[in-house]
Amino acid sequence: MSDFWRLITLGDPNTRVVLLGASLLGLTAGVIGTFTVLRRRALVGDALAHAALPGICTAYLVVGDKSLIAFLIGALVFGILGVLCISFIRSHTRIKEDAAIGIVLSSFFGFGIVLSRIIQNHPTGNRAGLDTFIFGKAAAMLRQDVLIIAIIAVVVLAAVFLLFKELSSLCFDRDFAATQGWPVFALDVLLMGLICVCTVIGLPAVGVVLMAALLIIPAAAARFWTERLSIMLVIAGSIGMASGAIGTALSALHFEYTIESRIVHMAVPTGPAVVLVATTCFLLSMLLAPQRGIIADLWRRYRFSTRIAAHHVLRALYEIGEVGGDFSNPVSFDALLRLRSWSAAALQRELDRAASRTLIRAVPGGFALTDSGLAEAVRLVRIHRLWETYLVSEASIAPDHVDRDADEIEHVLSPDLIARLEDTLRRQGRLPGAAGGAAASANAECVIPTSPHPIGGPQP
Amino acid sequence: MTFLGLRPDDYWTIATAILCSVACALPGCFLVLRRMSLLGDAISHAILPGLVLAFVLTGSRAVGPMLIGATLVGLLTALLSSVLNRWGRVPEDAAMGVVFTSLFAVGVLLIARYASQVDLDPGCVLYGLIEFTPLDRIVVLGIDMPRATFFLSIVTGVNILLLLLFYKELKIVAFDAYLATTLGINATLVHYCLMAVVAGTTVSAFESVGSILVVTMLIAPGATAHLLTDRLGRMLIWAVVVATASSIVGYLLALHWNTSVAGMMSTVAGGFFALAALFAPRHGYLSKVLNQAVLSLRIVREDVIAILYRWHEGGRAEGLDRESILSALGRGTLPRIALWRLSREGKIVAHPAGGFSLSTSGAEQARGLVRSHRLWESYLNKRLGLPADHVHAPAERVEHFVGANLRDRLAEEVGKQADPHGRAIPEK
Repeated sequence: MSDFWRLITLGDPNTRVVLLGASLLGLTAGVIGTFTVLRRRALVGDALAHAALPGICTAYLVVGDKSLIAFLIGALVFGILGVLCISFIRSHTRIKEDAAIGIVLSSFFGFGIVLSRIIQNHPTGNRAGLDTFIFGKAAAMLRQDVLIIAIIAVVVLAAVFLLFKELSSLCFDRDFAATQGWPVFALDVLLMGLICVCTVIGLPAVGVVLMAALLIIPAAAARFWTERLSIMLVIAGSIGMASGAIGTALSALHFEYTIESRIVHMAVPTGPAVVLVATTCFLLSMLLAPQRGIIADLWRRYRFSTRIAAHHVLRALYEIGEVGGDFSNPVSFDALLRLRSWSAAALQRELDRAASRTLIRAVPGGFALTDSGLAEAVRLVRIHRLWETYLVSEASIAPDHVDRDADEIEHVLSPDLIARLEDTLRRQGRLPGAAGGAAASANAECVIPTSPHPIGGPQP
Repeated sequence: MTFLGLRPDDYWTIATAILCSVACALPGCFLVLRRMSLLGDAISHAILPGLVLAFVLTGSRAVGPMLIGATLVGLLTALLSSVLNRWGRVPEDAAMGVVFTSLFAVGVLLIARYASQVDLDPGCVLYGLIEFTPLDRIVVLGIDMPRATFFLSIVTGVNILLLLLFYKELKIVAFDAYLATTLGINATLVHYCLMAVVAGTTVSAFESVGSILVVTMLIAPGATAHLLTDRLGRMLIWAVVVATASSIVGYLLALHWNTSVAGMMSTVAGGFFALAALFAPRHGYLSKVLNQAVLSLRIVREDVIAILYRWHEGGRAEGLDRESILSALGRGTLPRIALWRLSREGKIVAHPAGGFSLSTSGAEQARGLVRSHRLWESYLNKRLGLPADHVHAPAERVEHFVGANLRDRLAEEVGKQADPHGRAIPEK
C-alpha cells in the first residue's frame, strides 16, 4: 500500500522522470501517428522502427561509444533511407506497398542484427546498450533522456501546429495538395522525418515493436470519436499521454501473487504496460464511441429494424381494413400472419410493442388501429403507394413488381422527396388535387392513391 | 568435406536453413500476390503469447502444444484484424498494427509474469540461433541428423503437398476471389487455410531460425520471383531458387564475418530483391529506363530523317546543316547520338557543301514516316473533324507507331488528296 501511496504522490524521483518521459513520448507518438494512420501508412512506423537498428549499430561502429545523440542520428539516417526504399519500390516496380514494407523492414533489421553481432564479437565491443533498442527499457530512462524527448516533442508539436493546413491536405487529398502548388513530396519526406525522430527517441524506452504500437493505437482509437482532424489530434495525443502515464504507473507497482505457495514478485515491464493501456483505450473507444462505436451502431440498427417492423404492422392493419371498408373492425392474428412472411413470435412481439405505444388496441376477435395509429398508417400507406405509382408511371415497372421495392423505401423517404413525388404525380393527373397544392396534404386521407396491385400478402 | 572449409555440421545447418526458407517462400508467394505480406510479419510477432501460454500450460517445450497454441493465436490475429476492419471501420493496415502489437505486448507481459517458469528469451525468439541447431540431434532412418532439420523437412513436405493438392484453388483465389466464389470455391475457407499454413510454418520455423528470418523468407523470395516472371508456376520455382540461394550465400558470408546467420540470410535475401528490382529483365527499374531510352532514341532518329525529308521536299538539293537539325530537336545528347548512328548506318550522308541529306535507304524510311504523319493528319481532320491547325501535334506523336498495315487502311479511309495543310501525301 505504501508503494501505491508513493506512486500517487510521485514520491519516487525515478518514477517521476520515467512517468514524464513516457507521457511525452505517448503524446508525440499519438499526434504524429494520427497523420500516418489517416495517410494509410500505419505500418511504415513499424518498418521505420526496424530499419533504425542498423543505423544505431553503424553509429556505434563509427563513434565507438554509446552516445545517444550518435544513435539518434544513425537511426534517423537509416530510417529515412528505409522509407525512401519503400517509396522507390512502390513507385518504380510492380511490387506493392505491403511487400515493400515487409522486405525493407526484415532485411534492414537482419542487417542490423549482423552488425550488432559483429560489434559483440569485437574485442572492445559491448552491445549491452544495443539490446535495449530492440525491446526497450523505460525504467532506465535518465533525466537527460527525458530532456531530449521533451525537445523532440516540442519540435514535433510545433511542426504539426505550423504546418497543420499543409499536412491535413496531404493526408486527405494528396493530388489536390499538389495542384494547389504545395511541395507534396517534401511534405511527405518531412512527415516521415518526424515519424522517424519520434520512433528513434521511443526505441530506448519501449523498443521496436511497441513503438509502432504507440504510433498506431492512440490514433486508431481517436478516429472513433471525431470526424475532424484537429480534434482527432488532441484526442490521440491525450490517449497517448494517458497511456504513457498510466502504463508507467502500473509498472511501478509491484504485484505479488503466489505460485505453489511461494510469494512471487512481478515487475511489469513498462513498454507492454503502456501499450496495453493504449489497447484498452482503443477497445473502449471502439465499443463506446457515440457515432462510430460498435454499440452505438448496433443500437441504431436495432432502432431502425424495430421502426420498420412497427411500420409493417400498421400498414398491414390498414390494408386489411381498407379491403373490408372499415378500420374499426377487428383484424385477426391469423389474417395478419398471412399477409407478410413474418413468424408468429415476431408478429406477436410487434403487436405488443405497437399496443404499448397506443397505435393499436386489442379488441375482441383481434386488433384494430387507434386514431393515432390510423393517422400514422395513412402516412405510411400513402408513401408506399406514391412510390409504387411513381415506379409504374416513370420507371415502367409492372404493377405486380413494385410492392417489394416500395416496401423497402417507404421507411426512409424524406418529407421533401414525398412532396416532390406528390407534385409530379398530380401534374400527370395520377393523383387527385391541384399540382403544387399544399392544402391537399393536410387532408391526406382523401389523396391516398389506390394500390396498383391486389392486396393480400405474398402471392402464391 | 573440406569444400570452402565447411564441416559436416555446416552442411546440416545450411540444409536446415534451406528447408525453412523454402517452407516459408511457398505460402509467401500467395501472400505477396494477395497483398497480404504484412500479415506474415504480424503473425510472426503475434504468436509470442501463444507460445508462452502453451509453454505455461504444458510446462514443457514440447513441439506439439506450442505449434497448436501459436497457430491458434496466428489465426486469431488474422481474424481480429478483419473484425476491426469490418465492424470498427479501422483501415486494414492500422487494424493489423493494433492487433499484432497488442498481442506482442501481451506476450512480453506473459514472459515477465512467468519469468520464473519460462525459459524463453525474447532475443532468441527474434534472431534465432540456427547455428546451434546441429547440437540437438535425432536419429531417423539410421541417419543421425539435427532435430530441427528433421522437423523442418516434414513442414516443408507438408507445405509442398498442400500446394500440389490445392494448387488450382489457391491460384484462382489469389487472382480473382470473386470468380472463385462463383465457381463454388469457398474463398474465405481458402484464405483461413492459407493463414493457418502461414501461422504453422512461421511457428515451426522460428523456433530454430528466429522470426526475423521467417518474415524475410515469407516475403522477399516471393516478391523477387514476382519481378522475374508473370506465371504462377514459374514464380513458385523462382521463389524456391531465391530462398535456397539466400540461405547458402547468407550462411557462407556469416561464416566469413563470424556474425548472425539468420541476420545475414535476411540481408542477402533483401539484396537479391534489390538486384531483381533494379535489373529484372522486364519489370526491373533499369530495364524500364533502358527500354524508354531505346524508344526515345528511335523517335529522335525518325524525327531527324523526317526533318530532312521535308527539307528536300521543296526541291532543295543542298544539305541541312547540323546546327539547324539539333536546334529543331531541342538539342541535348539524344539528337547527337541519333545523327551519329544514322550517318554510320548510311541513312543520311554528309553533303559535300556542308550539312546532311538523306541517302536512298533513308529517303525510303522517311517517306513511310511522313506518309504516316500526313495520313493521320487527314484522318483526324476528315473523320474526327479536328481543325487543320490542331492536327500536327498529335500526328507528330502517332507517326512513330503507325505501321504499313495501318497506313494502308488509313489511305483507304481518307483517299489520295493532299493533307489538311495542302501538302502531298507521299506514295508508298
